[in-house]
Amino acid sequence: MSLLELKNISKIYGDLKALDNVSISVEKGEWVAIMGPSGSGKSTMMNIIGCMDKPTLGEVLLDGVDIAKESSKKLTDIRRDKIGLIFQQFHMVNYLTAVENVMVSQYYHSLPDEQEALEALEKVGLRERAHHLPSQLSGGEQQRVCVARALINHPELILADEPTGNLDEANENIVLDLFAQLHAEGTTLIVVTHDPEVAEAAQRTIVLEHGRVAREVVNENFEEQQKVWLERLKARKDEIK
Amino acid sequence: MKRFSPVIRNLTRKPGRTAALVLLTAFLALSVFAGSVVVSSLRQGLGSMENRLGADIIVVPAEAESRFGLKNLLLQGTVGAFYMDASALERVRETEGVGKASAQVFLSSMKADCCSVKVQIIGFDPDTDFVVQPWIAESLNRPLEDLEVVIGCRVAAEVGEDFRIYDRKCRVAARLAQTGTGLDTAVYCNLNTIHTLLRAAEEKGISHKIDSGNDADVVSAVYVRVAPGADVGQVNNLLNGHVRKATAVRTAGMISEVSDSLAGVSNTIAVLIGTVWGLALLILLIVFAMMVNERRRELAVYRLLGMSRRMLSGLILKETVLCSLAGALCGIALGAVLIFPFTTLIETSLKLPYLTPAPGTVLLYAAAAAAVTVAAACIAGFRTALRLSRVDPGSTLREGA
Repeated sequence: MSLLELKNISKIYGDLKALDNVSISVEKGEWVAIMGPSGSGKSTMMNIIGCMDKPTLGEVLLDGVDIAKESSKKLTDIRRDKIGLIFQQFHMVNYLTAVENVMVSQYYHSLPDEQEALEALEKVGLRERAHHLPSQLSGGEQQRVCVARALINHPELILADEPTGNLDEANENIVLDLFAQLHAEGTTLIVVTHDPEVAEAAQRTIVLEHGRVAREVVNENFEEQQKVWLERLKARKDEIK
Repeated sequence: MKRFSPVIRNLTRKPGRTAALVLLTAFLALSVFAGSVVVSSLRQGLGSMENRLGADIIVVPAEAESRFGLKNLLLQGTVGAFYMDASALERVRETEGVGKASAQVFLSSMKADCCSVKVQIIGFDPDTDFVVQPWIAESLNRPLEDLEVVIGCRVAAEVGEDFRIYDRKCRVAARLAQTGTGLDTAVYCNLNTIHTLLRAAEEKGISHKIDSGNDADVVSAVYVRVAPGADVGQVNNLLNGHVRKATAVRTAGMISEVSDSLAGVSNTIAVLIGTVWGLALLILLIVFAMMVNERRRELAVYRLLGMSRRMLSGLILKETVLCSLAGALCGIALGAVLIFPFTTLIETSLKLPYLTPAPGTVLLYAAAAAAVTVAAACIAGFRTALRLSRVDPGSTLREGA
C-alpha cells in the first residue's frame, strides 16, 4: 500500500521547471533514496513531500490525502503529525539541551515527556549526552539528536535531507545504522542525497535529472546489507553499555 | 513529569536579551508611573491648597510682600512673620462688600524642642475664623483651649504631648490631615495662645518688630470673604484704598500663579514622559527587529517541527508579556522607591504644593502604568511575530545552510 504518491507533479518558477511531470510512489515501510546532482529538483521534491511547499501542477497523496490542495495551516498539522524531518545542517535550537531539543518536537505535537525523550536519545546512543547543549556535541552527535527528535512522535514518514552531508565516515555509518533500525521497525524513510554510498543503503533509489525521474534502481543486496548494519548497530550499543 | 516550556527556556537561557527587554520596559513603566504620580500629587496639592485657603482676599502689611514673598508664606507656609495694627481688622470690616473678616497672627519659632526645623505658628480667632477652623474640625471636634495647639501632619510631635515653644508648654490637641503644602509643618493656636507666645519670644529677646508696643493690638493678616453678590476685584480695590499701610491681595491671583507653575511643571513632565515613551518604543521596536533576524532560524525550526503561525505569534507574545510584566513591576517598584520617600524634597524643589494621592489611586496608577507598558511591548512584539510568522521556514533554513 502506498504511503506517498506523487502524480504528475510540476513545480514551475517563471520559465524554470524545477520539477517536470514527476510521478513516484513510496510504499509503507519502504526506504527510498532520492538522488541527483545539484539543480536536479531534489530539494524541491523534499519541500513538497515535507509539506513546506506545494506543486504548481499535479497531486501529492500522503496517506490518501492530497496535500497539494491543503491550506498552509493544514500542511503544518500534517507535517507535525505524520512527518519527521532530518536536515544536513541539523538545525538544533542552540540554547536547548539535547533532550530539550527532542522535547520541543513533543511540545508542538502533544505533551513533552522527558522520560520518553530520554528513551529516544538512548535509542540513538546519546542518553549520556542528554543534558549537553548543541555546542557541546559533535556533528555526528547533533545529527543523532535530530534523528531522535524526528522519531519521537512516531511519524509515518521520516524525511531526511542530506543527513550525512556534514558527517565523517564513522558518523555517517552510525546514522545509516539508525536508519536501518528504523526501517526494521517499519518506519517509511525517504532520504534525499547526492552521495551514492548513502543512496545505496536504501531499498530503492530514484534518480532525478533536470526535474525529471531519470531512472529508478532497486537494491538487490538490501536484505543482506540490512542484517550487517543491524548487527553493527547492536555491537555498537553493546560497546556503549 | 518535568515541566517544559520553550518560552521559559528562551527567557532563562538568553539572559542578556531578557535583561535588555526587562530593563527597557522597566524604564518605560518607571517614567509613566513616576510622572503620573508626580503630576497627580501636584494637582492634588493645588486642590488641597484651594480648599484650605477659603478666603477671597488677604490683607497684609504693605511691606510683607517684598520681605517674605506673600505667596510662599501664605500658601506654602514658609516661616516668617509680619505685623500691622489690629485696627486694620476693623477698617476691613467697615469696607463695603466685605462679608466675613478674620485676623491671624503669625510667629516663627526660632527653635522648638520638638522640631528639628523652625515652624510657623499661626494664631486665629475662634469666634470669627472661617479659614482654619473648618479644616481643624476634621481632626478636633471641640474648641481649642488656651495653650493648646493643632499641628500640621509633618510636625514631629504626638497628640497629647506637651510641645515647647519659647519655653512655653503647649499641649498638642490634634494633628491635621496632610495638605501637601508647607502648612503641613505649621502649628495652629487661638489668639490668646499666640499672644502668650509672642510675649515669651519677647522675653527671650527675640523681637518681632511690634511697633504698637502691645502684642494684643497686632495682627499679621486679615482673611476676607466677600459678601454674596459683591465683586472680589472691586472689594480688593476698596480695601487697598481704605486700609492704611496694608496691601489687599486676591487669593485667586496667587492660586492661578501656582496653578500656572503647576501647569508648566505638568507640561514638562508630560513632554518628558512622551519623549521617554517615544524613545523606549523606538528602542523596543529596534530590539524586536534585531530579534527577528536573530531568531529567524530558531523559529523556522519550530515551524518545521509543527508550530503553527498562530502558535509562533503566541510564543513571541508570551515572551513579550512575561518580560514586559517583569519590567513593569521593576519600574513601578523603582518609581515608588524614588518618589514616596522623597515627597518633601520634591515639594521643596518644585516650590509647589504636593499631595500624594490615596493608596488606592496610587495602585490604579501602577496598574495603568503596567498595562500601558505591556501594551507598548506587545505592539512591538506583535509586529515581530507577524513578520516571523510570514517567513517561509523551508527557505529560511536553506538560506542559512
